[in-house]
Amino acid sequence: MSYIAKPSAHHPALPKNALGLTRRDYEGTMSTLCAGCGHDSITAALIEACFEMDLPAHRIAKVSGIGCSSKAPTYFLSRSHGFNSVHGRMPSITTGAAMANRDLVYIGVSGDGDTASIGLGQFCHAIRRRLNMTYIVMNNGCYGLTKGQFSATNDKTSPSKKGEANPFEAIDLCQLAIQLGAGFVARSFSGDKDQLIPLIKAAISYKGFAFLDVVSPCVTFNNHPASTKSFDYVRAHNMASENRLDYVEPKEEIIVDYAEGSSAAIALHDGSRLVLHKLDAGHDPRDADGAIMVIRHNDKQGRVATGLLYIDESQQDMHDVLASTEQPLNQVPMAQLCPGAGALAAINQRLR
Amino acid sequence: MSDINDFVVKFATVNGSGSASANTIFAKTLFRMGLAVSPKNIFPSNIQGLPTWYEVRVSELGYIARRDGIDLMVAMNPQTFKEDLAEIVPGGWLLYDSTLPRVWPREDVNVLGIPIAQLCAQKWSDPRQRQLFKNMVYVGALTAFFDMDVEVLQGAVGDQLKGKEKLVAANMEAVNLGRDFAKQNFACPLPIRVRPAQCSKGKIMVSGNEAAGLGAIYAGATVCAWYPITPSTSLAEAFEKYARRLRVNKAGKRLYGIVQAEDELAAIGVAIGGGWNGARAFTATSGPGISLMSEFLGLAYFAEVPVVLFNIQRGGPSTGMPTRTQQSDIISCAYASHGDTKQVLLFPANPSECFSMGAAAFDLAERLQTPVIVMSDLDIGMNEWVTEPLAWDDRHVHDRGKVLDAAALDGFKDVKGRDWGRYLDVDGDAIPYRTLPGTHPNKGAFFTRGTSHDENARYTEDGRIHARILDRIRRKFDTAASLVPKPELIIRDKNAKLGIVYFGANAPAVLEALDLLERDGIKINALRIKAFPFTAEIAAFCENHDSLFVVEQNRDAQMRSLLMTEIDVPGGKLIRTLNYDGMPMTAAFVRGAVLKELRPAKAAAE
Repeated sequence: MSYIAKPSAHHPALPKNALGLTRRDYEGTMSTLCAGCGHDSITAALIEACFEMDLPAHRIAKVSGIGCSSKAPTYFLSRSHGFNSVHGRMPSITTGAAMANRDLVYIGVSGDGDTASIGLGQFCHAIRRRLNMTYIVMNNGCYGLTKGQFSATNDKTSPSKKGEANPFEAIDLCQLAIQLGAGFVARSFSGDKDQLIPLIKAAISYKGFAFLDVVSPCVTFNNHPASTKSFDYVRAHNMASENRLDYVEPKEEIIVDYAEGSSAAIALHDGSRLVLHKLDAGHDPRDADGAIMVIRHNDKQGRVATGLLYIDESQQDMHDVLASTEQPLNQVPMAQLCPGAGALAAINQRLR
Repeated sequence: MSDINDFVVKFATVNGSGSASANTIFAKTLFRMGLAVSPKNIFPSNIQGLPTWYEVRVSELGYIARRDGIDLMVAMNPQTFKEDLAEIVPGGWLLYDSTLPRVWPREDVNVLGIPIAQLCAQKWSDPRQRQLFKNMVYVGALTAFFDMDVEVLQGAVGDQLKGKEKLVAANMEAVNLGRDFAKQNFACPLPIRVRPAQCSKGKIMVSGNEAAGLGAIYAGATVCAWYPITPSTSLAEAFEKYARRLRVNKAGKRLYGIVQAEDELAAIGVAIGGGWNGARAFTATSGPGISLMSEFLGLAYFAEVPVVLFNIQRGGPSTGMPTRTQQSDIISCAYASHGDTKQVLLFPANPSECFSMGAAAFDLAERLQTPVIVMSDLDIGMNEWVTEPLAWDDRHVHDRGKVLDAAALDGFKDVKGRDWGRYLDVDGDAIPYRTLPGTHPNKGAFFTRGTSHDENARYTEDGRIHARILDRIRRKFDTAASLVPKPELIIRDKNAKLGIVYFGANAPAVLEALDLLERDGIKINALRIKAFPFTAEIAAFCENHDSLFVVEQNRDAQMRSLLMTEIDVPGGKLIRTLNYDGMPMTAAFVRGAVLKELRPAKAAAE
């Protein structure tokens, strides 16, 4: 139904957030992805998260590469500027954009091909730079737009729709991100809205590099019974219950007291908190080594460890490292940037 | 042979031996004595142990092009003795370390043997000092041979060793060691020598990369991303050096951001991201980096994002000659990226223009909403040139182009009463209005994309719209032609039907060749291209001359092709005048090429 333009009119009684905006105000154009695509569920979760967080959409910049996933930013936040760049290079575009204006919220949307293959280098270095952004990979284990080739995140045990075996090891982006020093690493499933929305909110609130790997089945090419990235497989093997969580707005009180040892509240930079439940059954997400073990242990059992895997609440972001001025660089007046003829005369003098 | 203020001295040394700083002091001293000097560093792609050369031409007439024929060779590197000896003109001089005396197999060369290693060994006990001061000993000897002003030299040593004042005295001891030995053992000064002059009065000595980095500071650039590659590295480093000096506020916070990217793809990506978000952003690279950046350059071209790229050209193809100069990226930059693309190019001819054009590139990029590539090269970028002081007019208003703020968006209607659309040609100059993220709560947002789009930035697969947008972007190139720097014209004879077309680092060679040819009785006009797209003046010059020597440093006559393709100059009248051995162009080469065409007998006889 991609040829149908979304009507702009909506029911007058739609609930409004603190900015007086409805969910519709956070939507984008009609999706052109296949009906049932996991990516559309992530899009819906993004819309819900931004709506509930009362984010002014124009203060968000959406950035993507190339592929089905990278088209998704068209389908949410039509009031935000977007940049659909070149294949695998979203991190560099976002780096430059974030250098130019540190005050915006940067949401990068990428896919497993865009990130784990052509863009693996840029992904790694964006993490090293501690870019203050939310980096979402819509991970379906295959190349959709070119009709279903394996991607680098496809499990070795997971054959193609036609039954062709995958000869190569999968790249686990969460393990890689933790190892490279990402401050916030989570995995979720497009079919688990209850888990995904709080994770998106927390990722956006996190100051630093927040990575969110969302398993998002490709209904057309990788949703067959033998696939480890199908809806049925992930539902059956999702370890989300090990580590349930709530995102608590800065303005909200934590009203429920959790039994000691079974929960923990993680403070984020903007005053919001992420409350983890059943902590004793999961792991301490402040422990990077433990996080990698949890991922690997579950993987060995054929299970997908989801939830907040790792967080470093004290991480500095790129601007801290660069010692940039508080004012966004794109707003510093020219008078402060151009030293003028007097300073140049002194420089010329030194060059004589 | 007797030439006051007119000779070439060449230093043949081993890289990593500390010779570079001694050689720089030598050149700087001559410059401060008022002479036009043109030092050329001919260095290997290596850190230590391979041959390296440093040529300094001194010219009473102010010529600063490289000149073949070495009058005095400082032969400090046994690896290259044979070829270094061969380069000396008959009657010239050879200075060498005679600690181990040798017989030089040329009768027509005056040998100046100085036991440099022995002198140093007697003076210093530290092996490192013994090694390093050898360089200052030969510089000292040269002060005697050339009758150089030692006080001026001491000033240059002091500047070179700023912050290490203790070393100045030791260096001067080495200088005196060489100077005294020369005076005691040879007739000093030599017939080739210097005397104070006025040639470099009011000028500065600076490399193009340093000037370009400073140009980016003056342009107000705040985002710099780069990946190390010779010969562009020193440009980003210069930007950082000056930014630390000029762009840190009282709280110690930086009014700039620099990222050393993981590769050239990321470097241009960061710059484009910065340009998209309203910062003045740039990167600097060379040949291989241009190839890697091509995809992104197409995106910035088609999505109309301002960005500045400094291309410090080197010898290609492939890795080519990383430490030699060339002008061989003309075509690959003019049409960088797949599909129909045309990029705006600027051709600075010296470091002063690296500064002014480097700054102007940002105005052009934002005005035109497109990449602007500053086509420097290794010769301009890494060698120190005697050049005009860098100039800045405080009345200059940086042209930030067509960017709408919230108020402008609220009031925006085009002549047809239409609302704002990202790619609408409202003013007839083919340049649309852009908006920056974060500007307005519900207006001005759009999706920047490399896929085909309509005037409202919406995805389209409608071929008619695609062609319409491509046509508008092409028309933008006409606007560009009205904004870029106009060529420099040299008319020596109004009726002359012969001309030279040149650009960039070839300027000194061509200007000198014009004088030489005039002495041969040939008056010839010349035009220096400063930018692509070509302006009307370039077309008129080509129209008004029957034959044009197109002087360039590449094999395939790339500028000639561009003239033929872009402004339909008939190929028959464009004479390929090409040098691509990686060495800076000489006047003798240009003159020879012209003579070969006009007076083949004379050319052959020479």
